[in-house]
Amino acid sequence: DSTPLTIETSVPFTSHQCEAPSRTVDTSPKELLSFFRDMALMRRMEIAADSLYKAKLVRGFCHLYDGQEAVAIGMEAAITKKDAIITAYRDHCTFLGRGGNLLQVFSELMGRRDGCSRGKGGSMHFYKKDANFYGGHGIVGAQVPLGCGLAFAQKYSKDEAVTFALYGDGAANQGQLFEALNISALWDLPAILVCENNHYGMGTAEWRAAKSPSYYKRGDYVDGMDALAVKQACKFAKEHALKNGPIILEMDTYRYHGHSMSDPGSTYRTRDEITGVRQERDPIERIRKLILSHDLATEKELKDIEKEMRKRVDDAIAQAKESPMPDPSELFTNVYVKGYGVESYGADRKEFRAVLP
Amino acid sequence: APMTVRDALNSALDEEMSADPTVFVMGEEVGEYQGAYKITKGLLEKYGPQRVFDTPITEAGFAGIGVGAAYHSLRPVVEFMTFNFSMQAIDHIINSAAKSNYMSAGQISVPIVFRGPNGAAAGVGAQHSQCYAAWFGSCPGLKVLCPYSSEDARGLLKAAIRDPDPVVFLENELLYGESFPVSAEVLDSDFCLPIGKAKIEREGKDVTITAFSKMVGHALKAAEILAKEGISAEVINLRTIRPLDRATINASVRKTNRLVTAEEGFPQNGVGAEICASVVEESFEYLDAPVERIAGADVPMPYATNLERLAVPQFQFQIKHRKHDSGLFESLLTWSTLLRRLRILFVQQRGLVSDPFECGFSVSP
Repeated sequence: DSTPLTIETSVPFTSHQCEAPSRTVDTSPKELLSFFRDMALMRRMEIAADSLYKAKLVRGFCHLYDGQEAVAIGMEAAITKKDAIITAYRDHCTFLGRGGNLLQVFSELMGRRDGCSRGKGGSMHFYKKDANFYGGHGIVGAQVPLGCGLAFAQKYSKDEAVTFALYGDGAANQGQLFEALNISALWDLPAILVCENNHYGMGTAEWRAAKSPSYYKRGDYVDGMDALAVKQACKFAKEHALKNGPIILEMDTYRYHGHSMSDPGSTYRTRDEITGVRQERDPIERIRKLILSHDLATEKELKDIEKEMRKRVDDAIAQAKESPMPDPSELFTNVYVKGYGVESYGADRKEFRAVLP
Repeated sequence: APMTVRDALNSALDEEMSADPTVFVMGEEVGEYQGAYKITKGLLEKYGPQRVFDTPITEAGFAGIGVGAAYHSLRPVVEFMTFNFSMQAIDHIINSAAKSNYMSAGQISVPIVFRGPNGAAAGVGAQHSQCYAAWFGSCPGLKVLCPYSSEDARGLLKAAIRDPDPVVFLENELLYGESFPVSAEVLDSDFCLPIGKAKIEREGKDVTITAFSKMVGHALKAAEILAKEGISAEVINLRTIRPLDRATINASVRKTNRLVTAEEGFPQNGVGAEICASVVEESFEYLDAPVERIAGADVPMPYATNLERLAVPQFQFQIKHRKHDSGLFESLLTWSTLLRRLRILFVQQRGLVSDPFECGFSVSP
């Protein structure tokens, strides 16, 4: 059902040196239902990743996105796959939003052959270049200059496309962010810097890390728990960036999980705070309420969608568990595009070596 | 006809920009100023501000932007005014450029060149005088090139720009103005040198000397002096630090049975250390004598002329003090002391001298 529908955002946008977009967002029943489906799938996927981690099937670091789904969903609704996205290590849902599939996600998490990086990247290093998703970066803040570089290439190649570079409130204080923004502004790069402010850089509250958090939003301030508000802001930002160069969007969002799996997420914030956000601002519940109040689906139909997503996740996990480990020869692939036939060595260099293709 | 290394680099950049519209140049003072060392001279005029980008003095920012542009299939040539400043951007060189193709299982290739002067200049102190060949050379995913002559500079830079992987291209400020004869073949716009292949600059049969960048010149001079005394030295110009041409090095050592490595950088974990390890692993039974290393002193670069001369391997090296302070100087192995030692080594093997160290370090060739 694609009949037009207009919805008011929950809070107004705030803006700095630009005109804020309208609070009235164009949408449709079809879009709202797809938001619900996609966010329910992301939520389920992250909860399942949590269980896999606890079952020791996922190694190392694992950063979950539950709570922040509206940012990924709203952004995708405003842009095309010609536009580029780059983010930090909390990348599972962004990858899904770009068209990645569950088998690739779970296989990568478990270091299997069917992973999106064939098991060589892990949780923090998902990519999908055919949909202009450039990762998946493990070093806080580094993805911002890289994203401005993507925007540089888009402008250089006259692509008429933009890049969304996502980072958290922790990275917002990094020096390289300012360096990249400065150059982007000098060269009018179509870069949109999206600060996903979930209010904690690991365990350090925003106010303990930034003398002035208002520095985060030299552009548009968006309710990052409202997918429609995110969509509206991203649409606005894309037009702005193509015409005027870079812009910052600050998305007020929240992560329910700790920073990573080693963080219970409860030493630096209260349980009440988390419960409060879940009750008042949950991005999925907001869309559920909208769908119900507009009689676009029944409660049971929405429950059924959630059940269906759960089954899709379970099936993908079962399939990923069947996916074999990468072949040992993969140790030596992709070190270079062109290896010039040079010898490379395994940890036991006498026993395990290969000629790079 | 002779050509300076500067002109060789400049012409290589010019030709590759002309051949491929995705090649562009960015860095501090590369445009209007014509390059801090004039390597990019004339490029802004010829290709315009759409291809030549003056950046602010913010290495982390512009190196990251360069890598991002390479992710998106452009071919950036990023100039560091000197490689000392690349430390501000090393995260993007190592973590963003070198590892992306691997981590993405081949999805995100990074065809970028980081170039600029590297190593000791003259009188600029510790923060502006350091060789990074061993640093970048230790990182898989990077290719590291070190040209010596004008032929090297042209052939390697053109190969670097055409290469699909990230290349760290280490030039030497003191070589920019030096002229070398170049053949018509080298001047051809299709001329490229193979990455990963060393060049035997001079054939010999008694001792192998490996060197790169400025030290190749020293090695050739040393070989000439040795030749007059009947010692035949083989000089290998490494050209590529990574991937290192172990085959050429080992084949040479198997022929000469002796090895001297030369570099300007710090000795610990240096390029010479890696070469030595490779020869010990592959050709140990061929060695007739311990490997000798010539490297910079194991100290930050001092400013004062006399101290700086003690810290960089000098060709002409006079030590006025004799044995009473030779303990201090014993670690400062230089070309001249090396030549002395080599002579002694060979003479000793011919049964002429019994104690190779009886001459101490009071020598100058």
